[in-house]
Amino acid sequence: MAEEKKNTPAESGAELGAKPGTEFDRRAFFVKLGLGSLSIAAAGTAAFSYQFLSPDVLYEPSPIVNAGKPENYAVDSVTMDVNSGIYLIHAQEGFFALSAVCTHLGCLTAWKPELGIIACPCHGSKFTRFGAKIEGPAPKPLPWLQTSISDEGDLMVDRSITIRPMQFVRV
Amino acid sequence: MAKTIVAKTIKDYFEELRSTRVWRSVFRSGTGSSTLHRALAVQQNVFLHLFSTKVRTRMLSLSTTWYLGTLTFGTFLILVATGVPLMFYYHPSVPQAYADTKDLQFVVSSGLFLRNLHRWSAHAMVFLVFAHMFKVFYRGAYRPPREFNWVIGVILLLITLLLSYTGYLLPWDQLAFWAITVGSNIASAVPLMGSKVHFLMLGGNMVNANALLRFYVLHCMILPLVAILFVAVHFWRIRKDGGLYAHQSEPQRVAAEPVPAAAKGAQ
Repeated sequence: MAEEKKNTPAESGAELGAKPGTEFDRRAFFVKLGLGSLSIAAAGTAAFSYQFLSPDVLYEPSPIVNAGKPENYAVDSVTMDVNSGIYLIHAQEGFFALSAVCTHLGCLTAWKPELGIIACPCHGSKFTRFGAKIEGPAPKPLPWLQTSISDEGDLMVDRSITIRPMQFVRV
Repeated sequence: MAKTIVAKTIKDYFEELRSTRVWRSVFRSGTGSSTLHRALAVQQNVFLHLFSTKVRTRMLSLSTTWYLGTLTFGTFLILVATGVPLMFYYHPSVPQAYADTKDLQFVVSSGLFLRNLHRWSAHAMVFLVFAHMFKVFYRGAYRPPREFNWVIGVILLLITLLLSYTGYLLPWDQLAFWAITVGSNIASAVPLMGSKVHFLMLGGNMVNANALLRFYVLHCMILPLVAILFVAVHFWRIRKDGGLYAHQSEPQRVAAEPVPAAAKGAQ
């Protein structure tokens, strides 16, 4: 600061008849004001762009799937619905639904009745019919999805709600 | 004898053309084939002025660069020239995308040729970008003062891969759908904001109409424009960094390093 005060009168302040240091302070003020406004505008643009690029309304299928009447599923059967990406399983203990989407990178897994396991075609993850991982790169077991019986007596699966495993629905 | 007369006539016509008022109003470097005129012709051209006005002939030999950078740019030009006509028949919408791709393959005149040329050039461009980078790396051409141009090159590599990735979704077949599902799930592994990145990239939670449109706009508009911008800087930096790198072209640097006796004998 001491150096600046020494230099300014000789360079600009003295010529313009301004007090030593004033000219520098005014310029610095306007530089800060300009940069500040630009930063605010840039931040606003970033926020605006983020909001613009995030859709507010999605035309995606409903997470709730009607799986039909429970009597359509035989005991010890695993039924896959390819369109909704779920397994509806009727075990001895009762009904439950598993997500068929692999927890590794989102591929659709397939039920292998001859082996009695669920396998992913993309990177070879394998799961039991209760969703537990047997082998492969999948970091998590297949999630259990909330399953209930509607007033009409249909099995309803909500794909957006994950529940703890081994919670069976008994009819 | 006849041959020389024809050659002379064509040359004469060209000289005549170059001395017309219209030609001289476009190319202001003047007529003549002196070194100065030829240097000015490069320097005063909006496209050529990115490059050096003079290049050592050794730099133009195959062994120096294997022309890998030029070939990469060549594939890029083919991709633009074939990609733009493909856009006339392709609708980036869920009900039409796959059908349009099939139409291009089986119905549109020369559609199969254009699409295949686009696809093979895309594969070739990715290969050539890597080959170019390996060549630059193993020759040591990335070293100062060319280190910034290496960084530009890495950005161009990323743009090339993104162009390749966004183009992969457009046929809207099973391969495209699952490849983009897997790829976008990889993006969601980004720490803290992974799911946000995934959502913004696809414009939703799944590969759907929004994702197709986003990838189309990125593939046909945003990424090519960014690529052209960085390619221009990449070419211009070659001149600014002292031309193409060749071991022999920098005698001071070579002389400064003591040459081991064994290596001398081997050469």
